[in-house]
This record gives sequence, C-alpha cells and structure tokens, in this order.
Amino acid sequence: MSGAIKAKHQRLVLVVIALVALIGAGLLAAWSLRSQASFFYLPSEMVANPPEPDRPVRLGGMVEAGSLKTDADGVTIRFVLWDDKGRVPVEFKGIVPDLFQEGSGAVAEGKRRADGTFVADNLLAKHDEKYVPREMKNMTADQARQVVEQTK
Amino acid sequence: MIANIGLAALWFAAGLALLQFLAGAQGLTAKGGVLAALVRPVAIMQGALIGLSFIVLVVLFWITDLSVLLVAKNSHSAKPLIYKLAGTWGNHEGSMLLWATVMGLAGAFVAWIERRLPERTVLATLAAQAFVSLGFYAFLLFASNPFTRLDPVPAEGMGLNPLLQDPGLAFHPPTLYIGYVGLSVAFSFAVGALLTREVGPAFARAMRPWVLASWIFLTIGITAGSYWAYYELGWGGWWFWDPVENASLMPWLAATALLHSVSVLAARDALRTWTIMLGVVAFSMSMLGTFLVRSGILTSVHAFAVDPTRGAFILVLLALYIGGALCLFAIRANTINEGKQFTVASREGALVFNNVMLSGILGIVLIGTLYPLLAETMGDKVSVGPPYFNSVGAVFTIPMLIVLAVGPMLRWRRDSFTRIRPVMVLPALVAFGAAVICAVAGVALLPLLGVALGMGLAFASLLPLHGRKLRTVKLPVWGMVIAHFGIAVALFGMASDAAFTKERLVAAKPGDTVAVGPWQVTFQTIAPVAGPNWTAMEATLQARHSGGSAKELHPQARTFWAPVQETNESALATRWNGQLYAVLGDQGEDGRWQLRLWWKPFVTLIWYGGLLIALGGFLAMLGRLASDLRRVVAKDKIAYRRMRQGR
Repeated sequence: MSGAIKAKHQRLVLVVIALVALIGAGLLAAWSLRSQASFFYLPSEMVANPPEPDRPVRLGGMVEAGSLKTDADGVTIRFVLWDDKGRVPVEFKGIVPDLFQEGSGAVAEGKRRADGTFVADNLLAKHDEKYVPREMKNMTADQARQVVEQTK
Repeated sequence: MIANIGLAALWFAAGLALLQFLAGAQGLTAKGGVLAALVRPVAIMQGALIGLSFIVLVVLFWITDLSVLLVAKNSHSAKPLIYKLAGTWGNHEGSMLLWATVMGLAGAFVAWIERRLPERTVLATLAAQAFVSLGFYAFLLFASNPFTRLDPVPAEGMGLNPLLQDPGLAFHPPTLYIGYVGLSVAFSFAVGALLTREVGPAFARAMRPWVLASWIFLTIGITAGSYWAYYELGWGGWWFWDPVENASLMPWLAATALLHSVSVLAARDALRTWTIMLGVVAFSMSMLGTFLVRSGILTSVHAFAVDPTRGAFILVLLALYIGGALCLFAIRANTINEGKQFTVASREGALVFNNVMLSGILGIVLIGTLYPLLAETMGDKVSVGPPYFNSVGAVFTIPMLIVLAVGPMLRWRRDSFTRIRPVMVLPALVAFGAAVICAVAGVALLPLLGVALGMGLAFASLLPLHGRKLRTVKLPVWGMVIAHFGIAVALFGMASDAAFTKERLVAAKPGDTVAVGPWQVTFQTIAPVAGPNWTAMEATLQARHSGGSAKELHPQARTFWAPVQETNESALATRWNGQLYAVLGDQGEDGRWQLRLWWKPFVTLIWYGGLLIALGGFLAMLGRLASDLRRVVAKDKIAYRRMRQGR
C-alpha cells in the first residue's frame, strides 16, 4: 500500500473509508443492541411473559407492604415487587437506596432466575420529586391509590 | 434591585448579539458592508454585558436574595458560602446563563485578539457566533429567565440538592461548560470558513488554540466528574455509561478527532473538509449533550428542568443550528479543495485512521445513548448499559490504541512500516508479556487487553523522545508524548480496576474485623456527628494493609435537613497502588451495620491519567501560542524595518 493515491481520488477514498467505518459502527451497534439492551418490565408483564434467564432486564413496581426481609447475613434482602396483576419476588445483596421502603416504588436491575426469583444487582428508588426513575413516573400515579387502599 | 440590573444586562447583550449578527452578515455581502467595522466592538461589548449579567446572578446567590425565584428555589441562608456561589450554576437557569456567558466571552475574545485571518473570515465567524448566541439568549429570556422575581418574598430558601453540595460541584460544571462552549468557536470558525471558502494552514492555526483549550477543559471536566461520581455516589464505580456522562464524552471524542485533524491541516494543509466537518460535529455534540441533560427527558441528578416546553425549545435550537450547519456543509464542501496528498503509511494516514476510529466510537456512544429514547417513542422501555458500550466500543478503541502507539513514529507524507518496525518491538513484547501474565491469572478478555495495551502503549508513547536531546524537544511534542502516556496510564487504571477489584459486603458490629484483598478492616465505633446543614452516623474503621501501619476511615450515613435527604458519604484510604473504598449502609434490626468495602488496585491511575492528558494538551497549547506569538513579533519587526527603510 505505498505510492501516493491519485490526487483526485484521495478525497473519494477518505470519504469511502469514513462511510464504511460509520456504517460498520451503525450495524455493529444495531446488532448488539438487539441482544444487550435491557428491557423494562412491570411485575404483571414479567409474570405473563417472563424474559429468558440470564438476560439483563429492569423490573419496576411497588415494594409490597410486609414483604421486606433481611437474611441472617445481614446484607441479603428479599422483597416482593407488585402491580395490580402480578407479584415478583426479588433478591438483592447490597446497600439499599435511601428512599427504598415498603409501599413505595422501586426499579430493580438484574436477571430473572429460573425459579422465578428476580436477582437484582442494582436498585433504584424514588429519591425526591426532582429525581424519579423515568419508568416510574406514570406507574406511581396509577398505583398510588391502590397502595393507599392496601395499607389502610 | 440588583436583579433588575442583571436582567437589563441580559437584554442588552441579546440586542447586541442581534446587531453583531446583522452587521456581520451585511459586511459579508458582495458590496462589503458599512457596518463591518461595528462587528468587533459590538462583540466585545456583548461579552462584557453578559459577563456582568452572570456576575449579578452570582451576587444574588451570595447575598441569598430570596426575592429572586431561582435563589429561593435553590439556595438556603444556612448553606456554606462556597455552595451558595456554586449554587449559581447548580440549576437549570443559572447553568444556561453560564453557557451564554462563556459563549459571549469567547466571542469577545476572538473579536479582541484574532488578527491573523482575513477580515471576511473573522466577520463570518463572529456573525455565526452571534447567531448561535441569539438562540440561547432567546431561550434564557423567554423560557428560562434566571432573574424572575418572587412576591411575596419567602422567609427561607428551599436549599440545594445534597448530592450537589460538594467541592466537586464548585468546579465541575464550569469546567465542562467552558469546554462545551469553547467548541462553539471552532463551530463558528468552521461556518465562517464555509461561507468564505478560506480554509488552509492559517485558518487551522487560528482554530487550534480554541480546540485545544476546549479539549483541555473537557478532559479536566470529565476526569473530575468521574472522580466525583466515584466517591460521592458510593457505588464504587467511576463510569456508569449514564446518558449524562455520555453527553460529555461525545463532544470530547469529537474534539479529540478535531484536535488531530486540525493539526494535520496546520502542518500539512490536508484534510480540509474533514476538519470543517468535525468542527461542526464537535459543537453539535455539545448542544446535543445540553439538550439531553437539560430537557428533562433523562433521569439524572443533572436533569434540572422537567419542563417540556424547554425541551422543545432546545430541540428547535438544536435542529436549527446543527441542521443549518450541515446543510451549509453539504452545499459548500465541494467547493473547498482537499489539499495535499499523502500515503497510507504516513503520519497523516495514521491520523486519518485515528479520526475514523474516534468517529466510530462516537457513533457507538451516540446510538447507545439515543436508542432508549427512540425505543420509548415506540412504546418499548429499554436501557443500554456497560455490556453494550464496553464490548462494542472496544471494537474501535483497540485498533485506535494500536495505531496510537505507531502513528507518532511515522513521518509526514510518506513513510514505511518496515522503517519503524525495529523500535516497535519492545512495546509489542511488553504488551504480549502482560497479556500472557493476565491470561495465566485468569483475567477476562477486555481487562486483559486493557492491561496489555496500557503497558505496551506506556512504552510506545515515550518513543518519540527516543534518541533526541530532551532539552531540544519542542513543547508540542512533549505535549503529545505526555497526553498519549496519560491515555496509557488511564487505560491501565481502568483495566486494573475491572480485573483486580476485590469486594466485601457484610453486616458488622463494632469490634468485628473484615478482610478485603490485602486489607484487614476493623469496625471500631459508630457515633453521631453534625455538619452545618446535616447530621450523620459516622463509623470509625481502622484499616491495615498487609500488617502495615493503620489508617482510619470515617464513612458516614448523612441526613440533610434542607431539603431532607439521606446520602452515603464514602471514605477512601489511598496507597500508591490503589484505594480502599468504604461505604456505611443501614443498621439492621439486630443492630449490625451494613458495610461495603472495595480494594481497587491502581484505580487512581484513571484520574492521574486524565490529568496527564490535560497537562499534555496544556503544554501543546503553550508551545503553539508561543510560536504564534514569535511569528507575530517577527512580522511586526519586518514591517517596522520596511517602514524605516521606506523613509
């Protein structure tokens, strides 16, 4: 690959290289997004149509009142995320976010184990009105009523 | 009363921007405008007024003038002074005013000092700069007025988000903003050059200091932001591929590519259209980042505005400026000559490769950032995380890093790979050796490649100094070597963190000892403490590294009272070979406290590397400015001599 490329061809060659690289990047991105983007599930959706085990997904719902338990090791917590049509047990090892509590909304990031338990490696909770996980904005509005009824 | 001065200054600045745009445009007409002489002084006035407006806002926050809505919403009289001042830009309106201020000052600076370029190009540049500024002035005045008054005046302000009450905040946003907005000058230069078709080495030399300076600030801003996220969020990570982080990374990638192509243009008069294109893309990425962050479509501590009209406003500005510049590019690009030729095996060839790879990474990050937003409009809620960015990004990053090792050794215009093969053997061997050791130790593929490339690159980046008298090496070469070495250092830190981090999560009571990596950590006591606007439970940990001397760590679980919010303050023990990271969690029902400990070997190299990269940029800029200055002085001397001889 030596010898100067002909003057009028050089720009063409550069354009072609750039286009090939960018289209390559685009295709590569599209292909891997199909397998690696993690989808958001409501508990009812996860019950009705569970994702394959080991696929990273996000699960958002309300933390069921009375379901929050800590294991003997002091760091593994178990709780149930629910909405009006489904309940999913969740297991999480770690320090929970500050506003994580029973009766309020949370998003768990992780994978569904074959036995139906959702193993979360990250938890997001409603921080304050300025910082709400995007997926939870609509959900909490729908479900606040039910939560109030249930905890009455 | 002071608030009105700020608002008036803002209106006047906007008016002057309009005048600057019109006078510049009229000056560019075929007849040559009579108003052209106005452009420079007006640009300087505009910079002074918007600067005044920003200073007024800082003063309002300083004295906590609660009659101003923005102050009442984001400040509190009990807040420490530094956070009162930093609170000026810790909110939507203030940060947009900061944006407009930096843009105005940059324009004023160009008007004041830029004398090398043809006057038409300067006119076009300043007109373009004013045109972009106008959009942001309109946004400020009609959708985000920082000086809106409040009646009746409240007794106390609502305070600042505690996550933002950190020394990092005083420093991080302005740094990033100067970087973002500094690229607006490169954008305006590019648009100006498209209008006048005057692209060449002189143009590149005028544009380069702006690109370099913006790039330095972006590098520092990203490095600082990463460290801030690392110790403030308490999650032990330093980069989360959060859309907001990507919003700052994308302009950096584009600016890095631009920085290299503008160097080719300055040195060899090649890559003309490509440089112009990158000038447009780099600032477009800044604006896109601002749109993503400020429109409220993202969930983040950075997303201040949850007001759809503002998002729509920024989107319109974005479409107008990016679309307009790309159209102009499409129309004019063909009329610019491509410039000098080169072969594949040459410095230019390597830099083109680097540019294409950087653009590829930029594309990958852009697609990964925008995809969730597009998917949501079609009803799918998805998020894209590290598995995508790390693995797909690596496809472009690794070839780029290999060329980074080789490229600086190649000569301009025409060279051969066989000539430089002998000197490249050592770095290749180092990389290979590191890879073998990591493979034996069972390190995963990506961290393994990171460690190997980092080690090899650290050697290769120093090769341009090989066989040269160090005292005669010019500053820009030092800059390049140090910046490339910084890349190697940061890469090694990232890979080491990914490969060798040890983590422990336990519930412990005072008196317990926990082992993590080479550390023995003893949980000694826990006690309440209080700060100016918070109270906390503070643990005292005694950490001992392999039986060495003990260090005390004090992680806290803090509760702020204005506004009420809890945060976990991590505690760090730093050694030369890494950091111990401790987070205090909640107390369980049995009285034990959750403790999360990480031992992160060489993690600090990530940020030291970032600082080295910025230092390299700084040296390069010093060198370039010094030689520019010498050139100006020499020209003046010649002119002076001619004048005397003429007499």
